[in-house]
Amino acid sequence: MSNFPSDGSEPLRPSDHASAPNEPEREPRTPTSPRLGVVGWLRWGWRQLTSMRTALVLLLLLAIAAIPGSIVPQRSADPNGVVQWRTDNPDLFPILDRLQLFDVYTSAWFSAIYLLLFISLIGCVIPRTKHHWKAMRARPPRTPARLSRLDDHLERRVALAPGADAEAEAVAAVDLAEQELRRGRYRVERYDRSGVASVSAERGYARETGNLIFHASLVGVLIAVGAGGGLTYTGQTVIVEGSTFVNSLGLGYTSFSPGRFVDRESLPPYTVTLDSFDVSYFPIGDTGQGQPGDFAAHVTTREPDEEPQEETIRVNHPLEIGGDRVYLMGNGYAPVLTIRDADGEVVRSEPVAFLPQDDNLTSLGVIKVADGLEEQLGLVGFFYPTTGVLETGAYTSVHAALLNPILTLDVYVGDLGIDDGTPRSVYTLDTTDMDQLTGRGTDVESLELTPGQSVDLPDGLGSVTFEDATLTGTPDVVPRFVSLSIHHDAGVVWVLIFAITAVLGLLAALFVPRRRMWVKATVRGDELLLEYAGLARGEDPAIAAAVTDLATRHSGMLPGVIDEDETARRTPADVD
Amino acid sequence: MPDTGMSLDEISVLLVWTAVAIYTLAFIAYAVDLARRSDLAVKAKDAAQVQELVGAGAGGQATTIAAVREQERRASSEVSAAPAQRPRYLWARMGTSLTVLAFLFHLAGTIGRGIAAERVPWSNMYEFALTGTVLIVAVYLGVLFRYDLRFLGSFITGLVVVLLGGAALAFYVIVVPLADPLKSVWLVIHVFVASLATAFLALAFALSVLQLMQHRRERIAVERDINGGPRFLRTLPSADALESLAYRFAIIGFIFWTFTLIAGAVWARDAWGRYWGFDTKEVWTFIIWVLYAGYIHARATRGWRGTRSAWLSIIGFIAVLFNFTIVNIFFKGLHAYSGLS
Ligand code: HEM
Repeated sequence: MSNFPSDGSEPLRPSDHASAPNEPEREPRTPTSPRLGVVGWLRWGWRQLTSMRTALVLLLLLAIAAIPGSIVPQRSADPNGVVQWRTDNPDLFPILDRLQLFDVYTSAWFSAIYLLLFISLIGCVIPRTKHHWKAMRARPPRTPARLSRLDDHLERRVALAPGADAEAEAVAAVDLAEQELRRGRYRVERYDRSGVASVSAERGYARETGNLIFHASLVGVLIAVGAGGGLTYTGQTVIVEGSTFVNSLGLGYTSFSPGRFVDRESLPPYTVTLDSFDVSYFPIGDTGQGQPGDFAAHVTTREPDEEPQEETIRVNHPLEIGGDRVYLMGNGYAPVLTIRDADGEVVRSEPVAFLPQDDNLTSLGVIKVADGLEEQLGLVGFFYPTTGVLETGAYTSVHAALLNPILTLDVYVGDLGIDDGTPRSVYTLDTTDMDQLTGRGTDVESLELTPGQSVDLPDGLGSVTFEDATLTGTPDVVPRFVSLSIHHDAGVVWVLIFAITAVLGLLAALFVPRRRMWVKATVRGDELLLEYAGLARGEDPAIAAAVTDLATRHSGMLPGVIDEDETARRTPADVD
Repeated sequence: MPDTGMSLDEISVLLVWTAVAIYTLAFIAYAVDLARRSDLAVKAKDAAQVQELVGAGAGGQATTIAAVREQERRASSEVSAAPAQRPRYLWARMGTSLTVLAFLFHLAGTIGRGIAAERVPWSNMYEFALTGTVLIVAVYLGVLFRYDLRFLGSFITGLVVVLLGGAALAFYVIVVPLADPLKSVWLVIHVFVASLATAFLALAFALSVLQLMQHRRERIAVERDINGGPRFLRTLPSADALESLAYRFAIIGFIFWTFTLIAGAVWARDAWGRYWGFDTKEVWTFIIWVLYAGYIHARATRGWRGTRSAWLSIIGFIAVLFNFTIVNIFFKGLHAYSGLS
C-alpha cells in the first residue's frame, strides 16, 4: 500500500497506523527534550492518547477489566450473591470491597479505562471526519506516470485502422472507459495530454464514512446509556388477585429506584388490577413433569380519560403503559388469613403473599399484628399447595398446583420491633424480643389449617382462619399474587438507534472496497496501448478481479484488440 | 425403518454418534493428507536436485529463498482457484467426502432433535453444541466452494469430534418443555447468529494458528534452514496470505457477533426488563466483542500486524470456547439455560 505517494484524498490515520509511511516521527519521541514547553507536552500527550496503539491497549485493558465482574458477584446484578460471598469470606470481603470488585462496572478503574478510550476515540474521529469531509469533495488524483508499477496492472493493444486519427481514438477509448467506470459508481476525472488520454477513478468513500459513523455511534451509545440512566426508574410491586397497583410512589411500590433526574411526584398516572393469574403445569408422568409454563397475568389497566383495557402480561411480553413497561417477575400464593381477638372481633383479614422457597412452591410468609390484640403477635407460616410428607415427618410441597393445600403457623408474641419506626422487611420477623408459643422448640405443635378452617391461637389470644377465597369470588381457594417490575427507560430508543447505525457503519467500513482505477490509452505508432490499473486502499481481496473485469469489458467494446494472450500480469520488463 | 421402539430423540442420538464416527474417519483422512503432502515434498527432493532452482511441485524441496517464496505464491493462488483447478490430493478428497457424509448424518440428527422437541434445536447446552457444530461444518463446506481450505479439514473435523462427542457424552439431556423465558423469537435469532459467528471465528482461529506456524517456518527458512519447520507447511500459502484469509473470516464473524450482542440486549429487555445488566454471560459476550475489535485494530496498528494480531484472534476464539463451556457450566447468572443441573 505504502509503495505509492500519498495525497489528500486518502483517509487520515493516526501516525502509527499500519499503512502510514515509515518516516521518522516529526515530533520528538520522548517528552524529556528540554525544548518541549507546556504546549509541546500537551501536544505530545494528545498524540499518544489518540494513537492506534493507545486505542488498542485501552481496548485490551477494557476486556481484561471486565473479567472480574463475571467471577465475583456484583451488587447491581446479584445483591444476594454479594451478601453470601461476604458470609463465606469475611476476611477477604473488605479488601475486595475496597478494590470495588463488587461494583466493577461502576468502579473508578473501570470507568477510567472506558472514559480514556472514548476520549481517545473522539480525539481520533473528529480530525478524521474533517479530513474526510474535504476528501469527499476532492477530485480523483492525477493518473500516475507509470501504471505498470502497480501490483494490479493489465495491458491491451489495439491496432488502429489505417488513416485513423490516433489521438482521437485514444480519447474515444478512454471516453468509453469513463462511462464504464461511472456505471460502476466510480467518481472519475479525466487527465488527457497530447498522445496520452487517461481517466482516474475512485470509489468506496463509504468505507471511511462507515468507519466514522461506526465510531461516532459508539459515542452515541455511551451518551444515550449515561443520559438515559438519569431519567430511568425501576420499581417493584406485589399484587394479589383482585387487587390493584397504583403507579404512585406513596401508594403502589414496595421498592423504587429512580435515576438522578426522575421527578418522583409526576409518575404517569395509571392503575393495574390483577384479575387472575394463570399457569399450567406439565402433567405428572410427562417429561418435564410439574414444570410450570405459560405464566399469564390477566390484568385490567386504567388511565385517565380512557376506557379500562384488558391485557395480559407474560414472560417476554411486558405490558406497555404510560411510557412504562410492566414485567411479570414472579408469582406465588397469598393465603387469606383472618385474625380475631378473644371476643371474636376481626382484627385483620387480608391476603398475605407467601414467598416461594422451591419449584413446588413450598412458601414462607410472615404476618405481623401490631395492634388489636393483648400482645403484639407475629406468625411465621409455611404453605404447601400440594402437601407431601418427608421421611422425617416434615411437610413439603410435591407439586406447585393447589391439589392438597395446608398452611402451618408458628406463633410468636412480644415486641415486633416496629414501634420505634425502624424499617423492617414485611417478609421477615425479628424474633429477638418475642416468645415462641408453637412449633419446633416448644411443646406445642404448629398450628395447621386447611382452607376454610379456623383454629384458636394459644393462650386465649384469639383465633386465626384460613379463608376459602372462592367464597369472595377468587377463582381458587387460595389467591395468587404476582410480583411486577415497573421500568421506565428514557434512553433506550437512542441506544437502539445508535446500535443500528453502528452496525450499518460497520458493514460499510468492513465490506465496501475502497479502490482507485486508472485506464490510460497511449498512442504508439499505429497502435494504442491500453493500460488498466487498480490500487486498493485498505483490505480489498477482489481488486485483481476488478481490474481484470474492467479490462475485459472495456477492451471487448473496442474493435481491433490484439494478442490478448500475451498480455501478462505485471511482466518483469515493466518493473524497473 | 422397522419398528425398533426407538423414539425420534433416540434416533437423533444414534445419528449424531454415527456422524461423530464418520467425522473421526474424515479427521484421519485429512491428517494423512497433510502428512502425504509433505511426503510429496520428500519425494520431490531428488527431482529438485535436477531442477535446481524451483521445487518441482507444491511442497517440493526448495534450495533458495526465491524458491520458497515461489512455492508459497503458488499455494496462495491455489487457495483461491476454482474447484476444478485445485490440486488433486487424494486423501483430502476422501476427507471432504467423509465430512459431507458425516455432515448429512449430523444435520439429520439435529433436525430430528428439533422435531422431537417441537422447537428449534438450540435451547440447552446439548442442543447448542449440536447446532453450533453443524454450522461450523456447514460454513467450512460452504467456504470450500470459494477457497481451497482443505488444509483446515483436520482442524475442523477434529474440533467437531471433540465438541460434538463431548456434548453428547457430558451435556445430553432428554427433551423437556421450554421454560417460559426461552419462548421468544429472539431465542431463534440470537442463539442462531451467535453459533454462526462462532463458525466463522473458528475458521479465523485455525488460520491464525497456521499463520503463526507459517511465520515461524518462514523465519527459520531465512535464518537457518531453508527446508526447516513442519513439512506440510510448504504446501500452504504464506503467513501474509493466511493472515488476510483469517481476517476475512474474522470480520464476518465479528459482524455476526455484534448482531448477537444487540439481539441479546433486545431480548434481555423483554425478558428481564433491562437491555444490559452485566450478567455473566453478557459480560463475556462483551469481552469477546472487545477482543475482536482489538484484533481488527491490531491489524491496522504498526508493530501489531502479523504475529501479535494473530495472537489476539487466537485469544478471542479461546474466549468464545470458554464462554460456551466454562461460563455456561460454572458461572452463576441469569442465563441458566444449559439444561444441566
Ligand atoms: C470503543 C472503542 C473502539 C472500538 C470498539 C473500535 C472498533 C473498531 C472496529 C470494529 C473497526 C473496524 C471497522 C473499520 O475498519 O472501520 C475499527 C477501525 C478503526 N478504528 Fe476503532 N474502535 C474504537 C476506538 C478507536 C480509537 C480510540 C481510534 C483512534 C485512535 C480508532 C481508530 C480506528 C481506525 C483508524 C480504524 C480503521 C482501521 C483500518 O484502517 O482498517 N478506533 N475500530
